[in-house]
Amino acid sequence: MENPENVIEVRNLEINFHTYAGEVKAIRDVSFDLRKGETLAIVGESGSGKSVTTRSLMGLLAPNAEIKKGSIMFHGDDIIKKSEKEMQHIRGKDIAMIFQDPMTSLDPTMRIGMQIAEPLMKHKGLKKKEAIAQALEMLKLVGITNPEGRINDYPYQFSGGMRQRIVIAIALVCYPEVLIADEPTTALDVTIQAQILDLMKDLQNRIDTSIIFITHDLGVVAGMADRVAVMYAGKIVEYGTVDEIFFNPQHPYTWGLLNSMPTLDTEGGSLSAIPGTPPDLLDPPVGDAFAARSDYAMKIDTQQEPPFFKVSDTHYAATWLLHPDAPKVTPPAEIVRRQQKFAAMQKPEAPIKSDTKE
Amino acid sequence: MRKYLLKRILYLFLTLFIVATATFFLMKLMPGTPLQNEAKLTASEKASILAQYGLDKPVWLQYITYIVGIFHGSLGLSFQFSDQAVSYLIGSRMGPSMQLGAQALVVGVIFGIILGAIGAIKKDTWADRLATILSILGIAVPSFVLAILFQYYVGLKLGWFPVAGWSGFAYTVLPTLALAASPLAETARFIRTDMVDVLSSDYIELAKAKGLSKFGIVYHHALRNSLIPMVTLIGPLAAALMTGSMVVENIFSVPGIGEQFVKSILVNDYPTIMGVTIFYSALLCVLLLLTDIVYGIIDPRIRLSGNGD
Repeated sequence: MENPENVIEVRNLEINFHTYAGEVKAIRDVSFDLRKGETLAIVGESGSGKSVTTRSLMGLLAPNAEIKKGSIMFHGDDIIKKSEKEMQHIRGKDIAMIFQDPMTSLDPTMRIGMQIAEPLMKHKGLKKKEAIAQALEMLKLVGITNPEGRINDYPYQFSGGMRQRIVIAIALVCYPEVLIADEPTTALDVTIQAQILDLMKDLQNRIDTSIIFITHDLGVVAGMADRVAVMYAGKIVEYGTVDEIFFNPQHPYTWGLLNSMPTLDTEGGSLSAIPGTPPDLLDPPVGDAFAARSDYAMKIDTQQEPPFFKVSDTHYAATWLLHPDAPKVTPPAEIVRRQQKFAAMQKPEAPIKSDTKE
Repeated sequence: MRKYLLKRILYLFLTLFIVATATFFLMKLMPGTPLQNEAKLTASEKASILAQYGLDKPVWLQYITYIVGIFHGSLGLSFQFSDQAVSYLIGSRMGPSMQLGAQALVVGVIFGIILGAIGAIKKDTWADRLATILSILGIAVPSFVLAILFQYYVGLKLGWFPVAGWSGFAYTVLPTLALAASPLAETARFIRTDMVDVLSSDYIELAKAKGLSKFGIVYHHALRNSLIPMVTLIGPLAAALMTGSMVVENIFSVPGIGEQFVKSILVNDYPTIMGVTIFYSALLCVLLLLTDIVYGIIDPRIRLSGNGD
């Protein structure tokens, strides 16, 4: 581990999928850290590789996936090198996962108490009775009312929000160090979403777990995350603290994402969408993958891949716009407004845009 | 649940009544009479025999007489076996058919589930392909062909089991195997398709994320969920098997009910035809009812809708 505060260190991860059409380069040189107790949000649109990245942490990639390069360090061991048997001892115990759709992620024919107890029996060697007793405690913790009366119920007897609470209970029952939440609120009503997010934050403090939160909903990110990594076309294009990403974004793709998010200040009532579609990862473009959709693309963006430029100690962005020789551009009005807010927040000095690089 | 059951049982009797009615009139439409082979009888002798069995009366009257008889618990007397009661005939011949059917069902379903599960778990490997080939063979090859092959190779050449007859368990082995092939194949194909679906579902993904072993996932999560739709298949399969395979019974000289049924149709033995038909129908109806009840036990979601009925 490079940094003792890190729970997980992903370095230069490359994952390809073998398909009939050819090799899809789904993850292209991704590196990130997860620190103890923090919530790291990975945002990006569908197909940007955020789910694949996190599945690789669990060793749950599809059979046609191949990890080409890189390492995933967890407790000083490389997860990629572990056997399926070894991974079974990590899954659900040290690294747990919450899935997107609570309506389908519970076994319809098993009582929920047993579903929560299963990881305890597997990882802690508990007898069924003890495990069920702990499952009951967990049900209380995730806020199921009348847990004693409901522990023997089946999933169909619960609403979507309640089911997601049960899924969370399953994930947290062994007090994992890392919780991966793959769009855990996407399938829920907005009011329920807020409850689930509150619950996750609350449990994170109690259980002291680090969360990787995958989402395409920037509104959720703002409330949940400590740090944010923005993914596009199988790469991380920008990462920083939640304030830095929201109020001082540097990559044109992050601008586009924020610009297409409705806020209370949004004027005129129309949202600007990012034009075009993500590139085909069977044959990823040379240079900056976002160049084709970017109004700010320069010649070099189509020729050479941008390295990460340092914006602050915690904030990096992979865009040539940060190069000292790059022409100064004015981001979309909404982003300028955000950056002004950021400058006000920072008070003493305005954010420095282009004087440092990695 | 009780209300639901009562309703189902009522429907069961209604179904049987309709079956009895339809069979009765269809049977009367068949050419010939029970006496067509008795060339030696004079016209007056025939007439007196017909009168004795009430066959000289108009069809509607015969029908009413028969139905009234059923309500009195009588299926009538067989024409061909010197006035034996049909109920006795069925009763005495039911045993072997039922035993064969039950054995074939158990063997077929158990090995079918194993074969299907292997196919699903080892999808797209040689094991899956072998399982597929076996089940296609099982469906494509008729039971009587298997019966004869078993008789010749296992019975005659190897001498492991008796070739034909009915006096002890050893005699049931070959006909059971011959009968089991088709339910085995059907079960295997059914379970494979089903389990492939189940194994790609979200809750299996969650089970993997819990760190369960492959066996644990299949045993605790995949199997039960794959077996639920299977129950619908078992009811009709059981009925088909227990009511006997006439040809297989004939080949192995099993004194079963299927053989009896064919004979009675050939000689226009009206009460036996009616009796066996009603018995078959009742068996099928009861098995389907049982299927639904078992379905509720296995799948908790259905249990509730039964209650709410």
